[in-house]
Amino acid sequence: MNAAFGASNARRRRQTRGDAEVARVDARLNSKGSSLLADDLTAFSPDALPSPPALSLAGVTCTFADKADPSRRYTAVRDVTLAVGAGEFVSVVGPTGCGKSTLLNVAAGLLAPSSGTVEVFGTPLAGINRRAGYMFQTDSLMPWRTALQNVAAGLEFRGSDRCEEQAQEWLKRVGLGAFGDRYPHQLSGGMRKRVGLAQTLVLDPDIILMDEPFSALDVQTRQLMENEVLAIWAEKKKAVLFITHDLDEAIAMSDRVVCLSAGPASHPIGEFAIDLARPRDVAEVRATPRFVELHQAIWSVLREEVLAGYRQQLAA
Amino acid sequence: MKYLRLWQAGLLVAVFVVWHLLTTPGLLPNFMFENDRQAAFFFGEPVRIFGRIWAWFVVNADIYQHLWVTLVETALAFAIGTVLGLGFGLWLALSPMAGAIADPYIKALNSMPRVILAPIFAVWFGLGIASKVALGVTLVFFIVFFNVYQGVKEVSPVVLANARMLGASQRQLLRHVYLPSATSWVFSSLHTSVGLAFVGAVVGEYLGSSRGVGYLILQAEGAFDINTVMAGILVLTAFALLLDAGVGRIERRLMRWQPAAGETEKL
Repeated sequence: MNAAFGASNARRRRQTRGDAEVARVDARLNSKGSSLLADDLTAFSPDALPSPPALSLAGVTCTFADKADPSRRYTAVRDVTLAVGAGEFVSVVGPTGCGKSTLLNVAAGLLAPSSGTVEVFGTPLAGINRRAGYMFQTDSLMPWRTALQNVAAGLEFRGSDRCEEQAQEWLKRVGLGAFGDRYPHQLSGGMRKRVGLAQTLVLDPDIILMDEPFSALDVQTRQLMENEVLAIWAEKKKAVLFITHDLDEAIAMSDRVVCLSAGPASHPIGEFAIDLARPRDVAEVRATPRFVELHQAIWSVLREEVLAGYRQQLAA
Repeated sequence: MKYLRLWQAGLLVAVFVVWHLLTTPGLLPNFMFENDRQAAFFFGEPVRIFGRIWAWFVVNADIYQHLWVTLVETALAFAIGTVLGLGFGLWLALSPMAGAIADPYIKALNSMPRVILAPIFAVWFGLGIASKVALGVTLVFFIVFFNVYQGVKEVSPVVLANARMLGASQRQLLRHVYLPSATSWVFSSLHTSVGLAFVGAVVGEYLGSSRGVGYLILQAEGAFDINTVMAGILVLTAFALLLDAGVGRIERRLMRWQPAAGETEKL
């Protein structure tokens, strides 16, 4: 079935609030196991904040059934409770194949969870998350539109005026002002990512979802893009949910890092507040002692999971 | 290649020269036929063929009405078939229920040899233009239909998800994602389908009509006038090439976004 027609299930699958509360407490207990926990964890929990968090997943479980054989099921994520405060930069790290992208698709409203609730600024999410922008891992530009038309696409869909002007402004901002009339195949991978960034940010979303957006880029381009994203974020202070498998990247960019266990049925196993001073330069911050300390602490939690994930892939 | 066109034209001239040498009575000693007129009878003579074409277009100027009828039939079959194929292709690809129900019927209709429908169309629509258009439509429709169907199925799920996240409504997805994605497939099929529309028109005329280039060829065959038959075939071929070039032109215009192979420019 086509993805475009699958969005209406979200409401039907929604669970009662009671279950979600229990799950949230569970997840918090789970995460107590790690040594260097964010000590003011409750400050980030949805209940303690005066205003509702930008994005709140409560007890989200996603189970996929095999198309050919419905009795074979695969649970990608189980009982995930995660909140991103307004203006907070949260990274989710985890071993490969642990359902990070699934989680992001749930937050975007592209995927309805099997159970659990998603709330956006306190309102239950039904269908596509209109307040979120999504940067995909792979090429997501429309190949039949020029860079400028791609950036303007969202504005056009939403029926705003001055689409081209705003799009041109953003293209300039990501350093591609002179490339507006190029088609995606005429741009390099890094340029396409920039166009994607402009395409997402031109809509001024309150929540930015990023799925390993820079994993396909070379190290130099990647650091440039990371700094660029940080600069834009510092200026606009949007809520960011950033998915990555790169712990360095996660620590360098975020306010908070959430570790997921190895799949299947992965769930958060640790949460770390990153108290590095801002503004940061992603290349320089890696050399600071605090960064190394944090890296060691998070890695000690993550290492077992990465090995477990690797063993599972070998065995499969 | 620098002299590509020259080589192509040279090949054409060479074919006609060989043809001329082999068929002109008395030019070469007989090696296949007993009578030196038999080769000309079976294969026609290029000089007479071109004389015939010259007479059609210039001296008598009587081919235009026939050519016009054939081209109108082709254009109508092409347009109607393409629009129907596009519409049904989009509909069946986007609504899985309808697609699943129609699937065996589409396959059955496609595997049916549709030329045998021509007499039936002649009975239904008469001997005028309509029956030829109907035949052409049945040929064009399936080509376009299957390509659109495939094109919609092959839309990149990431591009689709991205468009949805950017706020595209169902209608906007159709207009800005499915349709452009399908067009690349449609255009690769249009070259085939414009040829088939032409085939539909000529075969329809050939099986029963009072005008059209197919009718001219049928008349000439009745009189064993092989030169006129060959002249008709040459005219049809030339116009098929023109139509194909027209489609190619539109394609290049609309498909600018597609990467061409080896795009770097040699300096």
